[in-house]
Amino acid sequence: MRGIIDLSVTQVILSYIFVVIVLFILKKRGIKREKEMLISSFRMTFQLILTGYVLVYIFKNPNPFITVALIIIMECFAIYTVFQKFKGKLTNKLKQVIAIAMVIGTISCLTYFLMIVIRIYPWYDPQYFIPIAGMMIGNSMTGISLAVKSLLEGMTLQKNVVEEAMILGASPKMATKGIINKTFDAAIMPTINSMLGMGIIFLPGMMTGQILSGTSPATAVNYQIAIMLGILGAVSLTVILLLQFGYRSFFNEEDQLIQ
Amino acid sequence: MFQFKEVKYKEILDLPDLYINFGITVLLGASGSGKSTILKMLNKMISPTQGTILYQGKNLKDLSSVEHRRNVTMLSQNPTMFEGNIRDNLTIGLEFQGKEIPDESELAEILKQVQLKKELSESVLNLSGGEKQRLALGRLLLLDPQVYLLDEPSSALDDNTEEIIIQMITEHVKKRDKSVIMVTHSKNIAEKYADEILQIGHGRVLNRR
Ligand SMILES: Nc1ncnc2c1ncn2[C@@H]1O[C@H](COP(=O)(O)OP(=O)(O)OP(=O)(O)O)[C@@H](O)[C@H]1O
Ligand SMILES: [Mg+2]
Repeated sequence: MRGIIDLSVTQVILSYIFVVIVLFILKKRGIKREKEMLISSFRMTFQLILTGYVLVYIFKNPNPFITVALIIIMECFAIYTVFQKFKGKLTNKLKQVIAIAMVIGTISCLTYFLMIVIRIYPWYDPQYFIPIAGMMIGNSMTGISLAVKSLLEGMTLQKNVVEEAMILGASPKMATKGIINKTFDAAIMPTINSMLGMGIIFLPGMMTGQILSGTSPATAVNYQIAIMLGILGAVSLTVILLLQFGYRSFFNEEDQLIQ
Repeated sequence: MFQFKEVKYKEILDLPDLYINFGITVLLGASGSGKSTILKMLNKMISPTQGTILYQGKNLKDLSSVEHRRNVTMLSQNPTMFEGNIRDNLTIGLEFQGKEIPDESELAEILKQVQLKKELSESVLNLSGGEKQRLALGRLLLLDPQVYLLDEPSSALDDNTEEIIIQMITEHVKKRDKSVIMVTHSKNIAEKYADEILQIGHGRVLNRR
């Protein structure tokens, strides 16, 4: 197998030609998106370079505290992102449920995946721990966002149905069953669809990255399969936890809809 | 049966002392006077912001809301239909309460009772307001609670159908020793069927007969 072609800074800068070409076209067409395009390109570059330095340091100095601290930061960031997205629409109770579902859902899947599937040593090995945690937390965050959106929509649009069900003697759980099922579908469908298309319609990013950096495709494929199933598990578990406890946040202790 | 003690609901209701007895009680009153709000408190869809309501001597606060709504069940002013056909909508309450679903002929009999000339398999999407109301009444009859809370059960019906429906309900509950608390705008209905009439105005009981 050939060695890896290391990408130099000049080479990276060369790829900025794409941006220049796109900017030129935008200008000619009069599409006013140059600013966004430039800012996002620079931000992406800056953020990744920074992350690169951080990761280089952490990989060189593996330390359980740093690994754990990074996971906590990732979790907080993910939860905060969901809160921001639904600013003003979440009750404190629902926020609590979101945070707990996120943490328990991802950490339990992550632990199983790293300790029993991949069996990393030492347990805090950042080279495995951090990227895999990132993928699980990131995908769960997307899943939870979709779930919260669908749940809020359902509880607003279908309020009458929920109320009528309760009038007829349904428990809050029965009354929200339809909404809950739809919400689970909405949250999990993107993950399922991406699994269906994988390898045929597109090559997943992680696998592509591994192959480009010299890993044999066979190993990369095995990793990809395992991580995809891990992601499916983490997303499902977070969303199930959210729904299991989240629907209650719309009711008070007397099983009445909170206005 | 129901006893109100110093009950207030927001700025809407002020009921310092109110009894509602077994039998057939009718609430009369102008639009916006608080009739629907009273019914919603009786089945614990909402709770008073002040004071207590007793049901057969027990504080409503201490009763399980879901259980209570199975004993004291409301026909809402604008009943909502569920996905599915007429049969699904008739039986959904029984399903919620884990009760046995009667067979086809019994369900068809209920439709006849509420004067609905439709097939069980028909969709509910095209039903008129009055038809929906009667379908909802049908599913309430199937549940057969201890207390029927009826919020203008005949508001969308012609005089003739109204008479038949109210007559049927009152007979049904009397035969089975149940109670009805009914909101209506029809003085005529009130005089004819009520054991007791409560005149409601601005969230208070103005008068009782
Ligand atoms: N949840 C609520 N919060 C605040 N105000 C409410 C609420 N529900 C009802 N109201 C107001 O309380 C008053 C009484 O409403 P209610 O529905 O009980 O009247 P009603 O007597 O049933 O009238 P109608 O004959 O038109 O059905 C109305 O002014 C209504 O706008
Ligand atoms: Mg009303």
